[in-house]
Amino acid sequence: MRMISPVINGEECTDAVEDNLLLIDYLRRNRRLTGTKQGCDGGECGACTVLIDGRPRLACITLAAACDGAEIETIEGQKRGGRLSALQRAFHENLGTQCGFCTPGMIMAAEALLRRVPDPDDAQIRAALGGNLCRCTGYVKIIRSVRAAAGGGQ
Amino acid sequence: MSATLPDFELIRPATLAAAIAALQEAEAPRLCAGGTDLIVNMRHGLSPAATLIDITAIDELAGIVRQGEGLHIGAATRLCELEEDDTLARAYPAVAEAVRTIAGPAHRQAATLGGNLCLDTRCLYYNQSDWWRRANDFCLKYGGDVCRVAPSGKRCRAAFSGDLAPALMVHGGEIVIAGGEGLRRLPVQDFYREDGADHLALEKGEIVTGVYLPPPAGLSAYRKLRLRGAIDFPLAGVAISCARREDGWHFAIALTGTNSCPVMVEMPPLAPDEDAAAYFRTLGRQVQKKASPQRTTAIAPHYRRLGVAAMAVRLARDLWQAA
Repeated sequence: MRMISPVINGEECTDAVEDNLLLIDYLRRNRRLTGTKQGCDGGECGACTVLIDGRPRLACITLAAACDGAEIETIEGQKRGGRLSALQRAFHENLGTQCGFCTPGMIMAAEALLRRVPDPDDAQIRAALGGNLCRCTGYVKIIRSVRAAAGGGQ
Repeated sequence: MSATLPDFELIRPATLAAAIAALQEAEAPRLCAGGTDLIVNMRHGLSPAATLIDITAIDELAGIVRQGEGLHIGAATRLCELEEDDTLARAYPAVAEAVRTIAGPAHRQAATLGGNLCLDTRCLYYNQSDWWRRANDFCLKYGGDVCRVAPSGKRCRAAFSGDLAPALMVHGGEIVIAGGEGLRRLPVQDFYREDGADHLALEKGEIVTGVYLPPPAGLSAYRKLRLRGAIDFPLAGVAISCARREDGWHFAIALTGTNSCPVMVEMPPLAPDEDAAAYFRTLGRQVQKKASPQRTTAIAPHYRRLGVAAMAVRLARDLWQAA
């Protein structure tokens, strides 16, 4: 058991966590941030992608105890004053989301890409989303959504 | 997948000395250098540990530094840092290409060089949940006494599946290891042995601190065979370097995913007046002979053997034409 103080979606949090607690369980159970999805639960599907210090990470294979002082961003942090972010809006408008289960991970992985490469080409989008599985869309509309968000600005 | 990880105490030492001390004194210790594979295994009830020593907070193990004409890469250097390094891409292309094929982008943010070099071997009968393995009466690698892949054999046939080791091998890389006795260096190929249940030549209380790469001697490249373009471990992988010297073209060839350790394939140099087509046919046959894929994946071993040979011939020919 130890105390950790991460900043989650801009809010400072302090919690006592077990050494073996996974970040996904910390976010979903302790912090009630259930937007981050538990898919394969073994680092293969990308549904649990969150940003740690601005970089994409898989919450299902990350220890919460190693996140002391880290800046964590989840899908809940995307909203801008109650409105959708550019990426969320683009996914909505371009039908980049169907059942929605992979969407939080897709959007966080795309968010990490757009911060590094504001105007990515398709190859860069495909590479950045290479670790995220979607079983509905066939990816075409997801890639179109990311491209639209990149072009659409804020 | 079990709901939680087994109980352990997490230690995050800030110095190498503290990590070695913890490794020698803590109860049932295990090193964690990113954990992208280890944590999955631990959730399956594999790789047990009472103390998990996370080495990623040790500054002296991180980073890429010039060492003479060569390069030293710390064990805790994350794969995303290797991916973004220009020197590596220019001077050691096989290493840079291998890095880009490892897992997915989010894994490479956490995974490290040391973790990839010490990656556990993999098998269809091993990388399964506890109840799956229990129903199968376990296997030689963990908990049982028969190898499910080769039941009449005496050893575990799980496949080494690291992408970096072969790429470092064809560049003459050396692994630097620290322990109670100080530092020692080993050529990367001597760090491994052909036993899926005990494939690392690491003594108790030792830590891989990094890799030394000698000055680059030629062109190189890495290819791997897999089903999915991201995430997948290699069904088979091959790294080749090619250097042009007076007596001809010298090839160094290393395979991964085909044996319980990465292996080198010996070839004499290709002489300037030699029949190149015949040389590359021989090279392909040598690769097929050295590769020993087993039923450790859902893909047929024969396909992996032919695939790795075809990739090796293609790669060698491309490098020869460019050199």
